[in-house]
Amino acid sequence: MRFRDTITFAGITLLSARKRTGLMLVAMAIGVGSVIVLTALGEGARRYVSNQFSSLGTHLLIVLPGRVETTGGHPPLVGGTPKDLTLNDAAALTRAGSIRRIAPLSLGSAPISYQQRERDVTVMGSTTELLAVRNLALAKGRFLPPGDPSRESAVTVIGSKLKKELFGNGAALGRWVRIHDRRFRVIGILKPLGQSLGVDVSDTAIIPVASALSLFNTHTLYRILVQANSRDAIPKARKTIIELIRKRHDGVEDITVISQNALLSTFDGIFRSLTLTVAGIAAISLAVAGILIMNVMLVSVSQRTEEIGLLKAVGSPARQIQQLFLIEAGMLAIAGATIGVITGVAGVWAMDNALPRFSLSVPLWSVGAAVAVALLTGLVFGILPARRAASLDPVQALGGK
Amino acid sequence: MIRLEALNRTFQVGDESVHALRNLDLQIESGDYVSIMGPSGSGKSTLLNILGLLDRPDSGRYLLDGTDTVTLSEEERALFRRAHVGFVFQSFHLIPRLSAADNVALPMILAGVDPEIRRKRVQTILRSLGLEDRASHRPSQLSGGQRQRTAIARATIMNPGLLLADEPTGNLDKHSGEDVMNTLESLNAQGITLLVVTHDPDIGRRARRCIHMDDGGVASDRFNASTTPDAV
Ligand SMILES: Nc1ncnc2c1ncn2[C@@H]1O[C@H](COP(=O)(O)OP(=O)(O)O)[C@@H](O)[C@H]1O
Ligand SMILES: [Mg+2]
Repeated sequence: MRFRDTITFAGITLLSARKRTGLMLVAMAIGVGSVIVLTALGEGARRYVSNQFSSLGTHLLIVLPGRVETTGGHPPLVGGTPKDLTLNDAAALTRAGSIRRIAPLSLGSAPISYQQRERDVTVMGSTTELLAVRNLALAKGRFLPPGDPSRESAVTVIGSKLKKELFGNGAALGRWVRIHDRRFRVIGILKPLGQSLGVDVSDTAIIPVASALSLFNTHTLYRILVQANSRDAIPKARKTIIELIRKRHDGVEDITVISQNALLSTFDGIFRSLTLTVAGIAAISLAVAGILIMNVMLVSVSQRTEEIGLLKAVGSPARQIQQLFLIEAGMLAIAGATIGVITGVAGVWAMDNALPRFSLSVPLWSVGAAVAVALLTGLVFGILPARRAASLDPVQALGGK
Repeated sequence: MIRLEALNRTFQVGDESVHALRNLDLQIESGDYVSIMGPSGSGKSTLLNILGLLDRPDSGRYLLDGTDTVTLSEEERALFRRAHVGFVFQSFHLIPRLSAADNVALPMILAGVDPEIRRKRVQTILRSLGLEDRASHRPSQLSGGQRQRTAIARATIMNPGLLLADEPTGNLDKHSGEDVMNTLESLNAQGITLLVVTHDPDIGRRARRCIHMDDGGVASDRFNASTTPDAV
């Protein structure tokens, strides 16, 4: 039998049983569609988190006071609170190898006002290096000027959202704002960057670190951000930082160094396995579709018993009849998968448009996998009905038995 | 040439075994026209099914043009049917969702014959059976006689040497039955070996050779003097 004739024959058969065919197509399409939508969501979440990390800055290491990680082998930290991270610690790191730049970071919340408008915002104290370390960009003006980090200076760089709320559409550069009880001159406005690891930089005011420490009445840094020379230099930079700070803190290792890449790959792994799990669960619906196909095809075989007898009488070998039924199942699977891919992709596209801050796209591998699994399901579950059809006794089949 | 030797076919019905054919010996010459009559249950259909390689005997030999068919595999028997045997059934067995032309073409489609050759052959055969203006009709849109003639066209599209008709006029009125018999006989006149199972003595009498069966065996076997059916 020619391939085209086989397809035509199976196609006519499928079209003549519209309800049955429609039901099986829907089942298949739901299975394939849900695999596609769920993997797109999983991948989207992974990419979202990964973007969050890279928006932090490149080759970034974050130094925080206190031992958060418990590294096996070391004796637990006995007694005493960890020593504070200070500007002097930060200054010491500047001269270390493998490190390109550092930005000390002090963080607090304070009211900021201009004329009658007042808002509570996050105030970040840092140095001119923060711009490069955190991948920030200016929309207008300039960033914190270089200079001795321990010197206070009454200047501030504000986020785009904060600028809108304090100044509306009016000019902000050169104006004096009040943060807590001090006056600062606005020298720069940040480009909108969106959320980055929970801190909305568009809603912050950045001031020199010395001013921030004095504003919050402390000498403790919240973090030290370190940019390594390269990706490969990260482990070495990490070692250097730990060594240096330990020396400065009387030989006690009382800091934690988080490297962005390590975090990123951990999250990456978590999200990837999450995506696969969810896709696997969705694939179960494909198996359900397969069982439905099997049952409906078995009914179809028993309804078409006489026809199968006739095919045998006019010289169709069992092998050919099995093929005919398998191709029917395969065509159902392909058609169902196609509908599923189209609706799945359309659904993902719609969700992508509905969630502007969350970028969604269908991973190509999931389309391939879904279609392959659908086809396999159709064939695997089509085998039993096809075998049954092929094994019918021609005389009995002609008699409808 | 067909030769059956000591053919037996039994069916198991519950605890009982029904002897459909008992020690049947029969020889049929190529190109012959044979009618098979007999009471219901006498084994006529079973005989036809075995002759057409749809069924297999439990014992005995069936030689078709010199080859022993009992040892053929399922696939070999199917391919033999495809090339050498045409079946005509009482209930037509047309596929309802296919047009008359596609029903006729079915054996060629299954055999993988080139579509162009198929189309021409179907056209020719439909014309010769007076069905050319029914080619695109579904079986449900055809009369009984037209359906059976479509089935005959399907049975002969592969140019078989043997045509087996099991009560071909059983579901037809007198007039359509006459049409169908004429069609079959004209095919026999062109050389095909024709076996017709029938309950109608008038139809049975038309054949060159009349076999009466009873209880799985041949009760009488008569050759008609007149070899030309009176209808032609
Ligand atoms: N598949 C079958 N199972 C059981 N008995 C059968 C089967 N086919 C035929 N028979 C029996 O074999 C005998 C001959 O049947 P059949 O050849 O159909 O007779 P006829 O066509 O002459 O009426 C009958 O007694 C019938 O009941
Ligand atoms: Mg019968």
